[in-house]
Amino acid sequence: MIKSGFFERNLRYIFPLPALIFVLLLMVFPVGYTLFISFTDWTLTSGRPLKVVGLESYLTVLKEPRFLDALGRTFAFTFGAVVAESILGTTIALVLNREFRGKNALKFILLLPLVATPVAIGIVWNLFYDPTIGFLNYVLSVLGLPQSGWVTASATVLPSLVIVDIWQWTPMIALIVLAGLAGLSTEPYESAKVDGASSVQTLVHITLPLLAPTILTAIILRAIDALKTYDIIYAMTQGGPGYASETLNILAYKFSFEYFNLGQASAILVFLFFVVLLFSLGVMQLRKRFEQ
Amino acid sequence: MKRILVVLLIASLCLSVFAQGAAEAPAKPQEIRVLLANHPYGELLKAAIPEFEASTGIKVNVESLQESQLTQKLTTEFATNSSTVDVFMTRPLQEGLLFIKNGWYAPLDKYDFTDYPGASVDIGRKDGKAFIVPLVIEWQVLYYRKDLFAQAGLKVPTTLAELENAAKVLTKDGIAGFGSRGKGAAAVTQFSSYLYNFGGLYLDKNVAVFDTPAAIEALRYYGRMLGTYGPQGIVSMSWENLMPVFQAGKLAMWTDASVFLGQIVDPTKTQIPAANVGVTSLPAGPKGDSPFIVTSWGMGMSAKSQNADAAMKFLNWATSKELAIKGMLTNIPMARNSAWKDATVQKGMNPELIATQAHAAKNGYPLDRPFMSAVGQARDLIGEVIIEAINTKGTSTKLQALATEKVNAVNELLKKDGEYGGK
Repeated sequence: MIKSGFFERNLRYIFPLPALIFVLLLMVFPVGYTLFISFTDWTLTSGRPLKVVGLESYLTVLKEPRFLDALGRTFAFTFGAVVAESILGTTIALVLNREFRGKNALKFILLLPLVATPVAIGIVWNLFYDPTIGFLNYVLSVLGLPQSGWVTASATVLPSLVIVDIWQWTPMIALIVLAGLAGLSTEPYESAKVDGASSVQTLVHITLPLLAPTILTAIILRAIDALKTYDIIYAMTQGGPGYASETLNILAYKFSFEYFNLGQASAILVFLFFVVLLFSLGVMQLRKRFEQ
Repeated sequence: MKRILVVLLIASLCLSVFAQGAAEAPAKPQEIRVLLANHPYGELLKAAIPEFEASTGIKVNVESLQESQLTQKLTTEFATNSSTVDVFMTRPLQEGLLFIKNGWYAPLDKYDFTDYPGASVDIGRKDGKAFIVPLVIEWQVLYYRKDLFAQAGLKVPTTLAELENAAKVLTKDGIAGFGSRGKGAAAVTQFSSYLYNFGGLYLDKNVAVFDTPAAIEALRYYGRMLGTYGPQGIVSMSWENLMPVFQAGKLAMWTDASVFLGQIVDPTKTQIPAANVGVTSLPAGPKGDSPFIVTSWGMGMSAKSQNADAAMKFLNWATSKELAIKGMLTNIPMARNSAWKDATVQKGMNPELIATQAHAAKNGYPLDRPFMSAVGQARDLIGEVIIEAINTKGTSTKLQALATEKVNAVNELLKKDGEYGGK
C-alpha cells in the first residue's frame, strides 16, 4: 500500500516524471539504440541476425570516400547558407526596423517561405531549375547569358541548393534579429546623437555589437538545422547527380533505406551527431566571449 | 480521500491503454491495407477499387508511392516487424530475393498460376513455393518522333550505328536527338539492353563481369550518345524527367521501358499528336539483339497479414484477367498470357507496341539489372561508371579502371550476402 503522505513528500519527483519518461522514451532511447546499432553489422540483405562487431562499422565508414566527401559537402553547404542568410537576414531586419507604409505586408510576405512545406518548395524550385524547360534558363537565354545546368550538373548543384536554403531561411534570421532590435535600449543612441555620430558609425559601433549575441543565437539555430538538412536536398536531387549533393544525412539515408546497411548508416549518424554537437559547443563558447 | 481519487484516476487512465485492443476486435467490417506504386497499373487499380469494395464489402485503404519509396517503406515496416500491410505491388527483380530471404511474402499456394509464363513465376519462387504474382511485363523500346524523322528523310534505325547517325542528324534547333536514363542507379536498367547488345552482362553465374571489353565498349557508346546528343542535365534524369521533355517536343528519340506509351500520348499532358509518336524495337548491337524483357511488377501478400482471406480476395481481383485486359487496352503490357490473346486487346492495342513485344519475347534477356539482394547498392556502384561515361562523352581514360573497381565492389557485396558464384 502507498504510505500516507507519499505523494506530498515526493511531489517534486512525481510532477516532472511524465516529462522525464517522455525524454527517455523519445529522445534518449533512439539515440542509445542508434549507438548500439552502430556497433553491429546489421544488414537486411544478408538475412542473418545482427552481430556486435565493435568499431568495425566506423572503420569501414571512415575508409569510404563518399563519407569524407559528404562531410566536406555538409560543411560547405552549411557555411555558404548560414553566412549568406545572416548577412541578408540582418540587413532585412535593419531595413524593417523603422516605420514605413506597407511594413506589415512586407513582414507577412517574408514569412511565406518559412511556412511552405519543404517538399513543395523542392518541386517548385526544380521546375525553375530544369535546364531544358525551366524558367531560370529561359531568363538567362533572354538576357543573352550562357545557360546553367543548375541542380543537374555536379559543379552547380551545391550552390543551387544553397540558394534554395537561403530563400527559405533568411526570413527566420531576419525575424530573430528584428526581435533583438526591438529589445535594444534607446539610451546609447541618444548619447551617440548628442555626440554627433553618423548613421554608419551608429550601426557599426552601437547596433551591431549590441546585436551580436542575438545574431549568434540565430546563427547557431540555423547552422544546427543546416548541418542536418535533408528534406530539400532529397526532394530536389536525392544527393545527385552521382553523389554531387550527398551530405551526411543523405548518405546515412541511402545506407539505411536503399542499401539496408543499418550498422554503417548508424555509424554515419553518430558522426553527424558529434559534428553538430562540437559545432554548437564551439559557437556557444564564442557567444560567451561576445557577451563578456 | 483525495489521494485515493488520484490513484484511481491514474489507474483508470492506464487501463484504457490496454482496453483499446480488446474493444476494437469484434464485428468490424473487414479492412485491408494495400500499397500500390505510382505506375499506370497502380493508377488503374486505384480507380477500380470502389467497385471491389462495393461487391465484397471489404474496405481497402490504399497508399500510392513512387517505386523506390515503396521498397523503402515495405522494407522498413517488415524489418521492424511493425507492418500492417496486407497486399502490395512489388518489383520481383529489385526486392524479390531480399523479401523471400527474410520471409516477408506469404506463400501463394492457393493462387492459380496457369495463365502466366513459367519463367515469370519462377523469378519469385523458392523451394517450390511461389511468392509473387507477375503483374506487368516490360521490355525496352525506342520511342521516336515520326514527323522529325520524315522531315530529316531518315528511316527508323535498326542498328545502334544507325541510331547514332539519326541522333546526330536530329540534334538541332534546341531539340536533343537522343535520350535515355542517365541518372546513375536509375540508368542501370535502361543501359542493360545496350550492354547485352554489345555482348556484355552485369552478372555471369552470380559473378560481376561488367568490366569486360564488350561491357566497356557498351559503356563508351552509351556515354557518347547521351553526352553528345542527350538533353542538358541528362546525368540527373530518370524516366520522370525525360518524359516531360519528350512531351514538350524537345527530344527526338528516347529509349526506355515499353510501359510509358500510354502516358506519352496522353493528350492532356503532351504537345505531340499521338500520330507523330512511333515506337519500335531497340536497335540491334554489334554482338546481339537482346532487349531486356522482365516482369517489372508483381503483387505479393504480407506473411504477417492479419486479414489473409480478405487479402487473398483482393489479390485475386487485382490480378484478374478482366483487369489485365483493361490494362492492356490502356497500353500496359500485362504478364497474363490470356490477356494477349484477347480479341478486343489485339484490336485495341497499338500494333507497333505488339510488334516490339513479339521481338523482345523471342530474343530478349529476362533481367535488366544485377539480380542480387544488395541490388540497391550495386546499382549505385554501376551508376557511377555510367555517369563517368556520360560526363566524358565516352572518352574517359579511367573508365576501365573504374569499372573493374566497381566489379570488385559488387563481388564483395555478393560474397557478404552469401550469393557469390555458383548456379
